[in-house]
Amino acid sequence: MAEQMEFKIENLHANVEGKPILKGVNLTMRTGETHALMGPNGSGKSTLANVIMGHPKYEVTEGRILVNDINILDLEADERSHLGLFLAFQYPVEISGVTVTKFLKRALESKYAAASNGKRFQAKEFINELRENVEFLDLDMKFVNRYLNEGFSGGEKKRMEVLQMLMLKPKFAILDETDSGLDIDAIKVVSKGVNKLKGPDMGTVVITHYQRILNYVKPDYVHILYLGQVVTSGGPEMVTLLEEQGYDWVKEKYGELQAA
Amino acid sequence: MNNQEFNIGIATDTYKFGFSDPEKSVFKTQKGLSETVVRQISERKNEPQWMTDFRLRSLKMFYKKNMPNWGADLSKINFDNIYYYVKPVDAQGRSWDDVPSDIKNTFDRLGIPEAERKFLAGVGAQYDSEVVYHNIKEELAAKGVIFVDPETAVRDYPDLVKEYFGTIIPPADNKFAALNSAVWSGGSFVYVPKGVKVDIPLQAYFRINAQNMGQFERTLIIADEGSFVHYVEGCTAPIYTTDSLHSAVVEIIAKKDARVRYSTIQNWSGDVYNLVTKRAVAYEGATVEWVDGNIGSKITMKYPSVYLMGRGAHGEVLSIAFAGKGQHQDTGGKVVHVASDTSSVITSKSISKDGGRAGYRGLMKVHAGLHNIKSHVVCDALILDEKSRSDTYPYIEIDSNDVSIEHEARVSKISEEQLFYLMSRGLNEHEASMMIVNGFIEPLIKQLPMEYAVELNRLIELEMEGSVG
Repeated sequence: MAEQMEFKIENLHANVEGKPILKGVNLTMRTGETHALMGPNGSGKSTLANVIMGHPKYEVTEGRILVNDINILDLEADERSHLGLFLAFQYPVEISGVTVTKFLKRALESKYAAASNGKRFQAKEFINELRENVEFLDLDMKFVNRYLNEGFSGGEKKRMEVLQMLMLKPKFAILDETDSGLDIDAIKVVSKGVNKLKGPDMGTVVITHYQRILNYVKPDYVHILYLGQVVTSGGPEMVTLLEEQGYDWVKEKYGELQAA
Repeated sequence: MNNQEFNIGIATDTYKFGFSDPEKSVFKTQKGLSETVVRQISERKNEPQWMTDFRLRSLKMFYKKNMPNWGADLSKINFDNIYYYVKPVDAQGRSWDDVPSDIKNTFDRLGIPEAERKFLAGVGAQYDSEVVYHNIKEELAAKGVIFVDPETAVRDYPDLVKEYFGTIIPPADNKFAALNSAVWSGGSFVYVPKGVKVDIPLQAYFRINAQNMGQFERTLIIADEGSFVHYVEGCTAPIYTTDSLHSAVVEIIAKKDARVRYSTIQNWSGDVYNLVTKRAVAYEGATVEWVDGNIGSKITMKYPSVYLMGRGAHGEVLSIAFAGKGQHQDTGGKVVHVASDTSSVITSKSISKDGGRAGYRGLMKVHAGLHNIKSHVVCDALILDEKSRSDTYPYIEIDSNDVSIEHEARVSKISEEQLFYLMSRGLNEHEASMMIVNGFIEPLIKQLPMEYAVELNRLIELEMEGSVG
């Protein structure tokens, strides 16, 4: 077991095209933990995911994001990836002409190159692992010869994200609404993928609007993001609360705070 | 001298030869163009009167024709400041030290063998592929394939030359075809007899010397009935030249049921005007395919064309253009359907970067009274930054009703979302944009012969780094 790592968001403020979206987010997570980040639409969940990964469209105006006390806000997305961050995208883009295999190979090569721990990319190992993970996610090997996300169904795109996660084995994975648009069988497959990596060496943030996926990926902590802040946090019991009562109470209770 | 000695000794020997006494062996016509210059060229080549006359008629045509003003900016070409003929051996009176270091570096990175580097850089005049490719030549000869430079063809196969030379692209076609017809030097002449399939690609540097690397080269390919040949022009290494105008003419005749594929990837240095006319005729059941990659040059204007003359004929043009800083690639393809039951495909992919300009210019023409015509035109442009530009000029002229034409044109930019996606997986920005560019041209690369595809990929990688001059 590797040493425990800490991921910490401190008073994070961020704008999109000049408009403030995140207004002081605080969150701490360690490897081995699973967090659920929930909240009504428009509360800033996807913005937070993109800011963590370093999307250039978002401007951080205040605060820090620390990985083991290193502020990552000045790092490019690839450098954050090399530190062990991973974002499963809500809307993965298509890259025409680049096969899944070629893409994953390059991603792993750059991971090994950056790690400088002496471990080198091994083609045979890569292919075996790829085959194993593809089967694990109930995909066909033909899938890996297709162009990245091009013409993929919604479910295939989400499985593709999980496949990448399985191959890259991140320290901290953020799953941005990976459950959205999926039927229950697909949610089960995606959850199976996440659970495969869950363990002492990975911290996971499951961003979701619904509780369905949390029946399969059990969170240790649940946070509610509303109007750009984490307004409340708790244990797994909060999932049931939200399931029963929806977000209305959140809006009532914390909407006033924001307005005040 | 046995083969081994030859291979080892070749580069240095020729280098010494070329360098030790360059002045004595140089023959140049005077700068600029005149009847005297054209006559001198013809004399140097000991040409028969009919070819001298052809040249002189072409020169008149050149003077008469206007400069094409519908495409790239050609106003800076100074016809008076160009040597139209430098005797090939002596054109190489340049030392390896004079070759710019960026070009040497590119050779290194492309892994071009030492001997070929000097040849390509215009240093090793006597790079004698005769020996290296001796077996290939014997095989070809046994099948009756003629593969010589056009000077030899004029001398040894005058009837064939007279019958076809200048018939597909007459001197009057355009100003630069007229220029080439007046001053042509080097190139290739290929005749493939009936039913003969040439199973290895014919490459210009299989041949004896550097003449084919001339600036006004002339190529004529005649594929007789039922034959097949793949001709590969030049090579993908950067071609170094001291003069700034390259104007070639390539004519192809594919007779009944013949198939000809012609591949070029030009990588002229960044000061060259590359103005080339390429045209093929495909008779009944014949297929002609142009694969045309344009990476180098300052300005390129080139639109390989196919005339579909008989039932069942098929034409294809695959065009790839990369326009970097200071470059304008005005390229594309033309297909003219003259007979019923004919089909064509034009696929064009262009990339522009660092202020480069890439244009697709194409013609799809269907003559009157024809049936069952199918054509598919796809042009995709990828623009890598705000400074760069892409244009599309698709001309379509259709005079028949029974025609099925699909035309797709797409212009895309590398999106921030794509870069971010790839970078979030650990690729740096350069690797990410390279991957997108590679993906963009992938469908075309797949259709190239293996070694060619590898070289093209490497070249584009070099271009993306901006390290090729």
